[in-house]
Amino acid sequence: MHIQFSALSQNESFARVTVAAFIAQLDPTMDELTEIKTVVSEAVTNCIIHGYENDPSGIVYISVILEDSYIDLTIRDEGKGIFDVEEARQPLFTTKPELERSGMGFTIMENFMDDIEIQSSPDSGTEIRLRKHLMNSKMLSN
Amino acid sequence: MSLNIELEVKNNVLCIRLSGELDHHYAEELRTKATSAIESYNIRHIVLNLENLTFMDSSGLGVILGRYKQIKQLGGEMVICAISPSVQRLFDMSGMFKIMKLETNEEFALQRLGVA
Repeated sequence: MHIQFSALSQNESFARVTVAAFIAQLDPTMDELTEIKTVVSEAVTNCIIHGYENDPSGIVYISVILEDSYIDLTIRDEGKGIFDVEEARQPLFTTKPELERSGMGFTIMENFMDDIEIQSSPDSGTEIRLRKHLMNSKMLSN
Repeated sequence: MSLNIELEVKNNVLCIRLSGELDHHYAEELRTKATSAIESYNIRHIVLNLENLTFMDSSGLGVILGRYKQIKQLGGEMVICAISPSVQRLFDMSGMFKIMKLETNEEFALQRLGVA
């Protein structure tokens, strides 16, 4: 499944609801669904605020691949990139405290997913790949 | 899904009741409305009622922490009530539970602040 949309904050709910609807076919638990929606929200918010710095001409790209009971989620922007990825992953670290950012985005993504890969380079953008195994997926029991 | 923000002033306490989804898009609106009420009504304390909040992410943590700091600077307290398990997980992860006061419902939260 692939979607792309303008870097507008009102599209954050569209993104998480769309991904959740696609994943529903694996029959996830409510907790798993909430976790997926939360990580989509975190990653898309990062694209909009940090990648594109609220420039709505930027485009956010999401791909989801379902394989057996695994979810493979990729969220990408073509924005300004992350200067120091290791620093960005630290809990409570934020480059935008004046916007009341909590600095918890990557910590939440790491906690709610099994695996995270971050590829980022200045001026070419950031790609976050997140993977998660669903515990009692329908596909597993079939 | 949008966020509905209901504000009520009881003595010097601002009751903020949220229903719906609190993300980056709605965090700014909450920040503006709450800040303006705190300044206009001589507010000392905040009760934040999350009973009907169905979704929150780290943008919600940011705006809540921002109001906590704001009310602390005025010498007041913030009590959060009726928090769901999924929202509680985010609070736990950020360590915010160590500084925030929690109650099971709005009545207990107001009692804790000496109102009602």
